[in-house]
Parts: sequence; structure tokens; C-alpha cells
Amino acid sequence: MAISFNVNGRPVSLEAPPEMPVLWALRDLLNLTGTKYGCGIGACGACTIHLDGKAVLACVVRLEEVAGRAVTTIEGLDPDGNHPVQRAWAQLGVPQCGYCQPGQIMRAAALLAEKKNPTDAEIDQAMAGNICRCGCYQRIHAAIRLAATGV
Amino acid sequence: MQLQSFVSLREPWATASAAVASSADGAFINVSRRSFLEALGLAGAFVLATPGALRAAETWPTGGETMPHGLVIDPKVFVAISPDGTVTITAHRSEMGTGVRTSLPMVLADEMGADWSRVKIIQAPGDEPTYGNQDTDGSRSMRHHIQSMRLMGAAVRMMLERAAAERWGVPVAQVEARVHEVVEKDGTRRAGYGELAKAAMDLPVPAIKDILLKPESAFRYIGKGNVPLYDMKAIITGKAIYGTDVRLPGMLYAVAVRPPVYGGKVKSFDARDAKAVPGVVAVIEIPGTPEPAAFMPMGGVAVVATNTWAALQGREKLKIEWEDGPNATYDSDVYRKTMSTIAAQEGKVVRNQGDVEKALQSAAKVIAAEYYQPHMAHATMEVPNATAVVKDGRCECWAPAQSPYAVRKDLAKFLGLDIRDVTVNVTLLGGGFGRKSKGDFAIEAAYLSKVMGGVPVQMMWTREDDIRNSYYHTTSVERIEAGIDTNGKVIAWRHRSVAPTILSTFAPAEYQFAIELGMGLVDNPFDIPNIRCENGPIKNHVRIGWFRSVSNIPRAFAVQCFVAELAHALGRDHKEFLLELIGPPRRLDPTAMGIIGELWNYGDPYEVFPIDTGRLRAVVELACEKAGWGRAMPPRSGLGLAVHRSFLTYVASVAEVVVEKDGTVRIPRIDTAVDCGFPVNPERIAAQFEGAAVMGMTLCFHSAVTFKNGRAEQSNFHDYEMVRMTNFPREVRVHIVPHRYTTPSAGVGEPGVPPIAPAIANAIFAATGKRIRELPIDTQLLREA
Ligand code: FES
Ligand code: FES
Repeated sequence: MAISFNVNGRPVSLEAPPEMPVLWALRDLLNLTGTKYGCGIGACGACTIHLDGKAVLACVVRLEEVAGRAVTTIEGLDPDGNHPVQRAWAQLGVPQCGYCQPGQIMRAAALLAEKKNPTDAEIDQAMAGNICRCGCYQRIHAAIRLAATGV
Repeated sequence: MQLQSFVSLREPWATASAAVASSADGAFINVSRRSFLEALGLAGAFVLATPGALRAAETWPTGGETMPHGLVIDPKVFVAISPDGTVTITAHRSEMGTGVRTSLPMVLADEMGADWSRVKIIQAPGDEPTYGNQDTDGSRSMRHHIQSMRLMGAAVRMMLERAAAERWGVPVAQVEARVHEVVEKDGTRRAGYGELAKAAMDLPVPAIKDILLKPESAFRYIGKGNVPLYDMKAIITGKAIYGTDVRLPGMLYAVAVRPPVYGGKVKSFDARDAKAVPGVVAVIEIPGTPEPAAFMPMGGVAVVATNTWAALQGREKLKIEWEDGPNATYDSDVYRKTMSTIAAQEGKVVRNQGDVEKALQSAAKVIAAEYYQPHMAHATMEVPNATAVVKDGRCECWAPAQSPYAVRKDLAKFLGLDIRDVTVNVTLLGGGFGRKSKGDFAIEAAYLSKVMGGVPVQMMWTREDDIRNSYYHTTSVERIEAGIDTNGKVIAWRHRSVAPTILSTFAPAEYQFAIELGMGLVDNPFDIPNIRCENGPIKNHVRIGWFRSVSNIPRAFAVQCFVAELAHALGRDHKEFLLELIGPPRRLDPTAMGIIGELWNYGDPYEVFPIDTGRLRAVVELACEKAGWGRAMPPRSGLGLAVHRSFLTYVASVAEVVVEKDGTVRIPRIDTAVDCGFPVNPERIAAQFEGAAVMGMTLCFHSAVTFKNGRAEQSNFHDYEMVRMTNFPREVRVHIVPHRYTTPSAGVGEPGVPPIAPAIANAIFAATGKRIRELPIDTQLLREA
């Protein structure tokens, strides 16, 4: 039975096992490779997407759980890179290898959607699930602050 | 990747120069070291033509010329200009997060007068005969290639100027290149680079000795840090293509189970249940390679499916019986004790200066300590993976490869193909750290595609595979003894290192080789009259590989912590004592140091990159000044210092720590002082050292892969943790020592890592009085009593 949901504003319908993690459906079935695999166990945040506007980990959310709901991936956040979080990322030169950054950006965007001006502790807490092996945390933190306040 | 739509530039240099020797097929210019030196005028006299401009003669030799396939200095290989003015520059080094894919083309673009907004970068496939060496490791891309990039950029600029002069019928002296155009100096005529492209590129490339480099004052990008990452927009919009993002029509997805013990084999397997999983297309045994396996596959059983999830489900259902082999006895606790026992005995002497035995006997006091580090896995955020198509006697591969030509050679060997029938395309790398210098995963992908009759196959390692089957950072015991005389002077230093060697991945070996010994052991810069370094033998039981900064990690940890211990025992300020040990500013003489065999100087000529204790002292002073060394600290807070030269760069870090009641260590600030010679892209250099502080903190508190019964005990980020945003170095301040271009640029990718763990450990001592001699640090021991 096909599972229907919405991805980046477009309806999709997939014939796939309901227990398949959304991560693989996005990457392998829909060719949306911006959402990354890093651990597969919900421990790194590389696969962060928005489900009805909330940040979730695509590697531990099953396809059946998104039926009828709206998924946003990094490709759909702002394809031109003009979301305030993306602009702050570019301005502060956050990425090194860049691999973790779609997940970081999606997590940060969800945080700011919920809380316009989070405290340092709130930023730390919100971003705790997102590993950056290149170690860009200082700039990630500063970029979230920049996106929130413009400074 | 072809330059199809561009003016074709793939012609051999038209000018025959004594300096260049064409290869057999004439398609590239490879400069041998001797002829390079001659061409640079170092073998004879030269005259400066234009005031302020540098003749190419003012360059220096590097190890780049002696790397396999050396340097290629041919603008017709690296640069293309299309009629619309787009300048296409080939990046031949791999991008894994250092920014090199931006920084090297940036150097060329600046020198040729290109406008960065009109530069397009394409990535070279693995093809060293065409592009020269492509091994992106050893922190050497910039130091080996900055000069060739400048020479090529300058050559193109001169060709554009000549084309304009010929078009206008005026002497070349009357025109000059500005930004993306050539103008007549009296202001009458101007022509864009696009207009001039065809004529310019039809001209002979000037001989190296005739190339004029820009004066430093004319740099627009070099040394400025004003060029953003070329891939920035692609990264932040999710469009950047890493190895795992390659998608080909009809591509299948594979995962595999590999031997849990190094050297183990599949005895038998049952694939029935795996094959029954919907989406699973095939289950295929991958042949293994007997130990030492180098970069060849470990073997195992692969599941190939129409999507990753199906492949993973199939893998769960595999039943495999293993034959473990002799490494099944590997046990990290036992091994550590063995290393310790060996370190207590005399080892092979690798440096012998003065008479350590006698000095230790005559010493008023002898202090000794032993330091330990376990194995680590690189855990690149992007797991090892590759995609391959093998059919009709050809192989095409897409891989996040640090050394794409090595991968190509290994693929050809494994598949029995002529290397000309193998292509390796290089994607972006989601981290490398040395893991992706090894192409075992690409060979697995190619093997599966071949068995499947040419279907494109993507082989992906899971995180568990990555942690359990890595090319591990070595594990080591470093034991140091110091003899102190009645005046409190250190008169003897004996350092014994015991660690399985990287060499063992390629051939049976129990002793470390020059590269490992040169990373902080025999190159110890201390002004101590009697120094002996020894290396005890030990056999490896896993694949040992290089990990960002390699043996420098355990060496800096041991030496820099031991210096702090000595300072404390002698009641001295750590910084003052460290500077005293380093001694007066001087250039060290490796022969006088008693180094047995040749000193490994990171593959670069010692005359150009000597060990300069003045520069080492200066970074200590700078880091301490910026950190406010000596300032009063609240209870359970402290500052810790460490300095280390690696990859020809001098780095000192001062860490500030706060140790909480429950033992948690917080790091409000790290001040890192860096002397890497001329800083080519300071903004990316800062990023590298910020990142190194995080990686250093991770290995300080979290990184250990331990073995029982030959099997790795960790498997994913839940038990192989990383520093996260809940506790990271809050503020890393990178202080770069300014230098002119003529102080040769040195490495920046790796040298930030080694000083971090000892700086943190020393700060913890300052805060708590607890001595750290083992990584990762067990914070339970730091709880307030
Ligand atoms: S891949 Fe989903 S959290 Fe790591
Ligand atoms: S930028 Fe490389 S993992 Fe974050």
C-alpha cells in the first residue's frame, strides 16, 4: 500500500515498507540526498529534517509515521540559501567539510522557529544531538546567535 | 570530467625549457627536483627585471617535487578560459574540510588577475601523470603547491598580456593585466580575459625562469582570508555531492559484514533469509586479503539491494560463521601491560646524543612517567563509501578519496585491468582525517559491480562498520625518564616509545619507521645535553593507519605533560621551565642531535624547513600572552600549556579549564598560537585550528576503541562519543604569527591537534592537583572528594 505525504511542498506517494526509516526513503527513493546518514541510531543529527515544522531525526522516524504529514528537507528550507540560518552560516564561514551542516541548519532553523531569541544554554541544548566531527561548534553557535539577533 | 565547452588548452608547452622534461606520452610536464632548482635560478645568478616583482627564481624547493609524480606546472592542464570570460581552474587535491579546493585555485586566480566571482572550479579525477601528486594528506597541499599555483597563474597572466599587446601592435611593456582584463597603460584600449582567451592560450607558455610573480603588495586574495568556500552555497542548500550522494541510473545499494577480527575469514554463510528480504537482489562474498592487507578489502559478505534499508535488513538476516585467525587473542588490557613491560626495557636506539646512562647515574634526582593512549577511529561524519561501474573491461568509480590515484592503481590491480581503463572521480569528502586515504571501500564497490555484470553499485559502510573495522590510530605507551642535577637542570632525557606501527599494514613489522619516529620522538627540540630515544618492538593485531596528526598525538601528550610534571616537581613555573628546556633561539642540527638514520622532516627539505627553536619559543610566548598566563584562577579552575612542532608548523595552546564537582571538565577558552609560515588563507587556517581544538578535546575525553577477543568493543556514537555542543571549547582564539610570503608556508590541517590534550591535562592538574597520564581522561577520577 502506498504511503502518501508531502515533501518540500510537493505531494509524494511511495510504495515502500512502512517501517523503512524516512532517511532512506528520502535519499534512495526520492533522490533527496541533502539529508545525511551519520549513525542510523539517532545519535548524530546528520539526518535532521522537519516534520510538520518540528525537527526530527529521519533515521529513526518510520515512513508510516509521516503519512499525511509535511516533511521539509534541507533542499526545501530555502533552495537559494536565503533562510536567515543559511545566510548566517555563509556569513560566518561555518562549514568545514560541510557534511553535518544540513542537519545542523535544519535543527537550528527549527529552534529559531520555536524561539526567536534563545539563550546560550537553549542553543546548546537544542544542538546537543548534532555532531560535527570537523568541530565547527563555535561558529555554529555564533551563527545561530547571528540568525536570531542579526549580530 | 572534460573541459568540452572551453577553449581547448590541453597542449604541451610550446617552449622547450631546460627546466622541464616531457613525459613519455608528452601530455604533461613533470619537473624533476634538480632541474627545478636550476630553473629557479638557485643553481646560478639571476637578475630582477621589474622592481617589486618576484622572479620565479625567488622560490624554494619543497618535498612536492619528490612526491610520486611530483608537481605539474602547466597552466594548460589547470586553467581554461571560456570566451565569456569564465575562468575554470582544476582542483587536483581532495576537499575534506580544509578548504583546499578553494584555497589553491584562489592562489592561482589571484596571481592571474582573475575576478573570483568569475572563477569556476572543477575537480580532477585521479590522474597523477596529468596533474602531479594528488595524495591529500600530510598537511602538505598548500606548502607543496602554492608555488606551482602562483607560477601557473602568472604564466597565464603574462600570456594574456602578450595576446593583448599583439592584438594592439604595441610592446608588452605598454600593457598590464588588471582584474579580469588587460589594459593599455595609457588607458586607450582594454580587453577582457574572455576576448583574449583563444589568442592567449595559443601562445607558448613562458619558461619558468621567465615568469614574473606579482609583488606581495598586489595580492588581492592570497593572505587575505576574504574568499568564501567555493562550495558554500551547495553545502548550505543540501546540494553538495559527497560520495554517498552519487546516484546513477539503475544503481544498487550494498552493505557488508566484515570479519570481526583482523585477518579473519568467512568459514561459511547462509544467505537464504537475507535473500528473502524484499528489495534484496544478491548476496555476494567479497574475497579477503591475507594480513598485511594494505588497502585491499578485508573480505566478508555483501548484501546488494534496491535501497539501503533493504540492504541493511538483509544484512541482519545473514548467518555467517567466521574463522577468526591468530588476532582473536587481541585484548587491549593485556596489550597495554605488554607495551608497558617492553617500555621498561631497553629498545632499539633511534637517537643517541651524549651519554644518557651516565647522566642518569650521576643525576641528583630521576623522575619517570609513563603515558598511554588507546586506539582511535577517525569517525568521519560521512562513512567510507564508493560507487562503481565495472563492465566491458573498464571501471569507473566515484569516491570520497584522499588519494584518488592510489585508489585507481589499487582498483586496476584488484580487477586485473590496465590503469588506463580505470577512472576514479573525486566527490567531496565528508571528513577524511586519514581514513579516506585508503581505498578498500572502493575496491569492494567495484568487485560487487563486476560480479553483478556491470550494474552500478554503491557500497556504504555503516557507522558500526567504520568503528569496528577501521585503520586505527596506533595505541601507545610512551615512557620518559629525566635526570636532574643538583642545580635543578635537566641533564638527561630518555624517551621510550612502544606502539604498533603503520608499516605493519603493508608488511610484517614491529618497529616504528622514520615517519613515526620523526613525529615528536627523535625531533625533540630540548636543549638537554644527553638525550636518548628508544623504540621497543610490538606486533599489531589490527590495521594501523594514519589519523589526523598521527604519532604526534601520543608524543605531544607524553612530552608536554611530562614537562609540566618536571616543572611542578622542581617548583618552577611551567612556561619558564618549558622555555628553558627549549633553550635559546637556534636552528637545530639533526646530526648533532644524534638521530640515527635520517630525520623525517615531513618529506620536506630540512634547509628550507629546519627546526627553529626561536619560532617554537615565540608561539609559547604568544599563546601565554593572549591567554593571560599566570593570572589568578578560581578554585578548581586552571590554565594548562603545551607546544608542539608538527607538519613544519609551530603550535602552542593554552587551555583554560573548570572542573565541576562531578568531574565534568569545561573549557571556557583555548588560546592557540600558530606559526605556519606565510598564512595563505588565514580564515580557513583559523577554522582548522578551531576544529582541531574540538577534535583534541574529543580524544582527550572520549576516544577509545578497545578490543576483547580480537573484536572492537565500540560501534557507534553512543559508545564512541564525540564532543558536542553541550560541552565544547567555548571560545577558541587562534593567533596566527604574521609572515611575509618568503617564509615558506607549512601545514595547517593536522598540527592543531597534538597540543590540545596535553594543554587540557596540564590545566586539569593546575585546577585539581590530579595528574593525567592516560587518554581518554576518566572524569570520575576528577570528582571533588
Ligand atoms: S543518522 Fe540519524 S541521528 Fe545519526
Ligand atoms: S563540517 Fe564536517 S562534520 Fe561538520
